[in-house]
Amino acid sequence: MPDEVTKEHALTLWRQMLMIRRTEEQLAKSYAGGMIPGACHTYVGEEAVATGVCANLNHEDAVFSTHRGHGHALAKGVPPREVVAELFGRVTGCSRGRGGSMHLFSPEVGMMGTSGIVGPCILQATGAGYTFKLLNKPNVGVAFFGDGAMNNGAFHEGLNLAAIWDLPVIFVCEDNMYATEVPFAYATKNQDVAARARTYGMPGYSLDGNDVLAVYEAANEAVQRARSGGGPSLLHCKTYRTRPHAEGMRDAGYRTTEEVESWRQRDPIVTLRDKLLTENIAEEGDFEEIESEIKAIVEDAAEFAKNSPYPDPATAAEHIYSV
Amino acid sequence: MMREITYTTAAREALAEEMARDPSIFVVGEGIGARGGNFNTTLGLYDLYGPMRLRDTPIVERGFVGMCTGAAMTGSRPVVDFMFFDFILDSFGELFNQTSKMQYMSSGRLKMPIVLRGCIGIGGSSATHHSGSYYPIFVHIPGFRVVMPTNPYDAKGLFKTALRGDDPVLFLEHKSLLNVKGHVPEEDYSIPFGQAAIVREGTQATVVALGSMVRLVEKAAETLASEGISIEIIDPRTLAPLDIDTILQSVQKTGRLLIVDETFAPCGIGSEISSQVMEKGFDDLDAPVMRLNGLHTPTPYSPALEAAVVPNPQTILQSIRDLLAE
Repeated sequence: MPDEVTKEHALTLWRQMLMIRRTEEQLAKSYAGGMIPGACHTYVGEEAVATGVCANLNHEDAVFSTHRGHGHALAKGVPPREVVAELFGRVTGCSRGRGGSMHLFSPEVGMMGTSGIVGPCILQATGAGYTFKLLNKPNVGVAFFGDGAMNNGAFHEGLNLAAIWDLPVIFVCEDNMYATEVPFAYATKNQDVAARARTYGMPGYSLDGNDVLAVYEAANEAVQRARSGGGPSLLHCKTYRTRPHAEGMRDAGYRTTEEVESWRQRDPIVTLRDKLLTENIAEEGDFEEIESEIKAIVEDAAEFAKNSPYPDPATAAEHIYSV
Repeated sequence: MMREITYTTAAREALAEEMARDPSIFVVGEGIGARGGNFNTTLGLYDLYGPMRLRDTPIVERGFVGMCTGAAMTGSRPVVDFMFFDFILDSFGELFNQTSKMQYMSSGRLKMPIVLRGCIGIGGSSATHHSGSYYPIFVHIPGFRVVMPTNPYDAKGLFKTALRGDDPVLFLEHKSLLNVKGHVPEEDYSIPFGQAAIVREGTQATVVALGSMVRLVEKAAETLASEGISIEIIDPRTLAPLDIDTILQSVQKTGRLLIVDETFAPCGIGSEISSQVMEKGFDDLDAPVMRLNGLHTPTPYSPALEAAVVPNPQTILQSIRDLLAE
């Protein structure tokens, strides 16, 4: 944690986290209301990770994400309108209605896709790092992945390749303790993910993933190192999703209500707000202002999505090839 | 007089010329760096372009295919040299779920300029992990271009098109063709995908021959010509896209069609061509469409067994005679 937290920086991060939270709450509501025809995996509880990492990135940096990727897309700069419209299956969505929750693409801002398959994002971010190094660009590839990817071969292969070639890549493990319902503690003998990074020859950070300032600082160090030719890093962010794996799914039989409640008490958005108030860095009014601004943005996004047309069925087979 | 070079040299020349023209092209594979590739696919290029562009890899096919997918999404142009094409099987998840789908899922805003090359085919007692072809599987999946040159001229021209395009291309080099020599011009040229070659003109039957089968069918056609029988031979050159029009036009003339393919018959290229000809050229057919394929079996080692699983000059001749007798 930095010695001094500036108000502007902290409120920017808080605003981004709140934007993700309110968008996710809107999506959950829309799902319940039958507006989302497919799956919807929310990021509620994990907002500090995407926010802290992406605050260090620009649109030329490439993010590769997971099935729980709304937060990554929003933090990378995809407008809420385009995220909500995509989940509604509308042509105005960021993937023009081809993807839904698990295939959010917006290359214009460096959002290179959320994904329905666990693991490939690790390899693709490594490939982005390869391009940037080959073409002498000062950019980084970033892979977000859950604890569920930790025992997948892509993790081993991707980290090793990035390490042996000193590629500018940031590996961000969002450890929310469950691969859907299978506990990380069951699936993994050595749960020290940062230590695993070190065995591949790269720095590994063990972080409170609900502390956005801590995530920001570590990511800042890792991104700067990568941009200046220092190679890859891994951030192990311990966090928790407080909603079910997917909207509409039964959330029982694998974790206790007490556990969920204990993590709600560590809500990253509430925690930062309390800290800024306690330390007199910001005032109630600052947060109220941001709340009402975000409320309007998210309501507008939902309205925009609802009023957007569906894609033309005649375009269903377009873009399979470049020509 | 036009020079003659081998198939491998022709393909390497295309790669070298394009690498000189486009600094975003790089090659990955096992032993393709200073060593120049097991099949000399990159011989001499490491000295020119160094390790970032001629990148030796650990043995992690899934890993480097996934990596090259991400690289292609972000502005470089990877060439994956599998050495033996069999090794691609470890990367199917990346290829089928990621590489082939990115352009579509991004509604055309991402490109996927990646060339996946490797040596295919049965021969030399290579046995079952170094003899695979598998191309029908890739033709089945939307998003891939599947290219199978059968001579040095086509190898260079089709490789150029592969390297200049923005789609994932499977570039398949049959091991029996690698040292075959042929005329290749020194000046720059490229061959568009989706244009079959009429290898031999004829009137009594059409034979579509794939890969190494082209040369065998040519020999059979010569034998038959000495008996006064006229066979037309078509080499599709690319299987995706498939130039069905050239095949249909030929069948319109000959009324008979045989597809000769070294690899498996079920759900294969012959099945597809046969279906399309039935759908679009049924009235032109004077006989049922026939297929001659290798056996539907893993590839055995012993020369006696290996020879038994692939079409040969005798079975090809017999199949054509059977077709003519229908």
